[in-house]
Amino acid sequence: MRALVFERNVARFAASRVASVLVGSGRGAGVGPLRLGDLDPPEPPGPGWHRVRPLLSGICGSDLATVDGTSSRYFEDLVSFPFVPGHEVVGVVDAVAPGTVDGVAEGTRVVLEPVIGCIPRAVDPPCSACAEGRTGNCERVAFGQLEPGLQIGYCADTGGGWSAAGLVAHTVQLHPVPDALSDEDAVMVEPTACAVHGALQANVQAGDVVAVVGAGTLGLATIAALRRFSEPGTLLAGAKHPHQRRLAEALGADGVVTPQQLARAVRRRTRSLAISSHLTGGADVVVDCVGSAESIAQSLAMVRPRGRVVLIGMPGRTTVDLAPLWHREVQLAGAYAYGVEDGPHGGSVRTFDLAFELVQAAGLGRLVSARYPLERFEEALAHAGAAGRRGAVKVVFDVQARARKGQVP
Amino acid sequence: MSPRPGFVLEVDRSSPPTLFWHGEGFRLERLPEGSRVVYPPEPLPALADPVGAIRHALEHPLGDSQPLSSLLRPGMRLTIAFDDVSLPLPPMRRPDVRQLVIEQVLDMAAAAGVDDVVLVAALALHRRMTEGELRHALGDRIYDAFAPHGLLQQHDAEDPANLVHLGHTDLGEDVELNKRAATSDLLVYVNINLVAMDGGHKSVATGLASYRSLRHHHNAQTMRHSRSFMDQHRSELHSSNWRMGRLIAAQGVKVFQIETTLNTDTFPEQFRFLQRREWEWSARDRAAFVASSAALARTPERVRRAVFHAIKAPHRLTSVQAGEVEAVHERTTEHVHRQQLVVVEGQSDVLTMGLPYICPYNVNSIMNPVLVACLGLGYFFNLYRGKPLVREGGVVILSHPTPWAFHPGHHPSYIDFFEQVLTETTDPVGIGKYEESFATDPWYIHLYRTGHAYHGVHPFYMWYWCAHALEHLGAVIVVGGDRAAVRRLGFKPASTLADALEMATDVVGPDPTVTHLHAPPLMLAEVQ
Repeated sequence: MRALVFERNVARFAASRVASVLVGSGRGAGVGPLRLGDLDPPEPPGPGWHRVRPLLSGICGSDLATVDGTSSRYFEDLVSFPFVPGHEVVGVVDAVAPGTVDGVAEGTRVVLEPVIGCIPRAVDPPCSACAEGRTGNCERVAFGQLEPGLQIGYCADTGGGWSAAGLVAHTVQLHPVPDALSDEDAVMVEPTACAVHGALQANVQAGDVVAVVGAGTLGLATIAALRRFSEPGTLLAGAKHPHQRRLAEALGADGVVTPQQLARAVRRRTRSLAISSHLTGGADVVVDCVGSAESIAQSLAMVRPRGRVVLIGMPGRTTVDLAPLWHREVQLAGAYAYGVEDGPHGGSVRTFDLAFELVQAAGLGRLVSARYPLERFEEALAHAGAAGRRGAVKVVFDVQARARKGQVP
Repeated sequence: MSPRPGFVLEVDRSSPPTLFWHGEGFRLERLPEGSRVVYPPEPLPALADPVGAIRHALEHPLGDSQPLSSLLRPGMRLTIAFDDVSLPLPPMRRPDVRQLVIEQVLDMAAAAGVDDVVLVAALALHRRMTEGELRHALGDRIYDAFAPHGLLQQHDAEDPANLVHLGHTDLGEDVELNKRAATSDLLVYVNINLVAMDGGHKSVATGLASYRSLRHHHNAQTMRHSRSFMDQHRSELHSSNWRMGRLIAAQGVKVFQIETTLNTDTFPEQFRFLQRREWEWSARDRAAFVASSAALARTPERVRRAVFHAIKAPHRLTSVQAGEVEAVHERTTEHVHRQQLVVVEGQSDVLTMGLPYICPYNVNSIMNPVLVACLGLGYFFNLYRGKPLVREGGVVILSHPTPWAFHPGHHPSYIDFFEQVLTETTDPVGIGKYEESFATDPWYIHLYRTGHAYHGVHPFYMWYWCAHALEHLGAVIVVGGDRAAVRRLGFKPASTLADALEMATDVVGPDPTVTHLHAPPLMLAEVQ
């Protein structure tokens, strides 16, 4: 069955990197290591594993970085080839593992929590992070019964969302979707969970001035998460494109300006002075949803001394002057994936539960701008790579759809 | 031959194209037949002996003032305040009239044995002048005598140690002034009355005031009730300044006002065609127009800007009067009117204007979009007495490139105003909620006090200046402007004048009447 497969091919990897630089993100897919092929569905690796037939599968910034060949080499040993990308997935349980008693039934619509922690890997006892439910911090992502892989969508054994053949997922990775949520809502749950985790990692105190850099899918979901799960005094956002500005405001930003103006807006709100391009004061928290050298430098320039910069956008190998971080005693924190969060009334709550709540409350399904069949993956990736410029936010594969001649997403 | 008065041309088939200013350049445009073009009066002859006239004015003051020489005595504190870089426009050739006047005042002060003399540039909330600008306005001799000793100061409206609160007017308006000026035994104010708005009590009550004081008349309500602010007797802006001026006098501040008027000889010889009527252009004028247009078209924007800002106007002194503020200003206004008044019969549906490269707030700087709006809808729209040149609900068409560009050192708060306030509202009343946060922003205050930045609140004033026009007009269209910048201002962009006139018919109906204000040189339309 049709699937997009990413193979280890150094020459094609280099070609896609060159193409992405020359013609833009996502537009090097045709010459890169990603190919459309026929694939058999993966075999469940053990008890507790189910077959899932993807309905919609999103194209994430990390997917684009992979396709463009711009991902950090750090990830090389954390993935296994060939793999089927796609980790933002809403699908239907096609086949339940024999002897299953966990309530997952065939035909159930589910959202995938793609991180592969100790339990799916049959690592027993689990690492300390997984034991606490912090699966994103799993210490065994390259070990256990599976090939290495941070998530479904980067692991050779599991398949991924960009495949009509389906994928396999462990019971602990499946979340039934309430009937009230559309497929578009559901496919937004995974990126929203990243945003929720990042927003909570930001540790925003009541009344804080918070700046969000970037207003793509992650940025917009982060704005919504900050507004719902914390109490910022002022929430400012930098957004390049008009539709991003409108959405950022609608999702709870108090002020939305162009990225170039964000530091000025923070300065004005905090009544800071400035020295060269750095504020003397600044925002209590800056959430970087881009992850580039420029966005990190910009974040450091607008956060207050002893403030906190949270990186939700996936960075690569970058060159950033960390002198201001050192001098101003700024905390720079990463925020990857999800797991469990401190509950509002004590205890802990799964990040995905909060994400479901937020997607429904904020109507984040509206961020899905375009759907493509797998056959048109080059167009889809080009669209996703230029989403902002083309008035889009989230581009997804309509995995079970077949391309029709002249079809416009 | 005496200079000809202003003139209203009715465009017919034989009329040549009309010159429109367009920022750092100009265009020839064909106006529809039947359109009116209002031309300013020709420059009045200059005073033959300006220094003699100045000395005469100082010794023969108007109103109940005594001659200046009799007001000067040893041991007194004398402060001489003068208008800043915003006047005149363009900056005049050396010697600047301020230099001529202040040299005479200083000579008299020296003769009287006055040795405590301080000069103060009356900036209000404008940017501080550079050394070059001060030298140009005052001359090297004065600059070198005063500046090295700290005796040439620039009014600092944010220096609490050098402000004094004199009280409230009967309408509760705070009057807070430069302390040195207000506590001197004599305050001599040296003005350049380029347009009818300038001078009178506004010189001291505005030029030497603080934000606390200025906010009472620099606001949307005041400007909406100033119709126009070029007509003192129908201007709430002036009423407020007059109340403050009378309070200043009542509090014992002794002001000796010296006002000067200039003729409208605005452009040097190579640009002389800019102040000639098109049908009277000589072959040389046409050649100059063609050559300068062609050269400007091939010149980078920065260079073009530098070329135009290097222009020094051949303005000449037409009158000088001194003494008691109100008596002086009454005479000054007569001189301004003598030079600038043009009688125009009735209003039109559409008013067109070509906006030049300069306004009071971008001397040696960039005309940013907010200043474009202010020049067109603040200054040019208000160049009237009686009624506006355009009817209520009519359309103003501005011609200006309106670049999305700002001088970061001169106009830092303008950038934020443009990006963060006008994105939310372009309503002059609606922007008011942001005013105080800009006015009290410590960064803007720092840049105003130590750099060459306009005060943080200044862009609000520019927008308030547009308040009367924005309330009066049905639409504003900008020809040849940066489309995004024009839209940000709340105006409509048009590629050509023909397109703009077509768009205007959507607002005012078909076959509109059109009037073009052929300025600069400046004029004041007496609309009957």
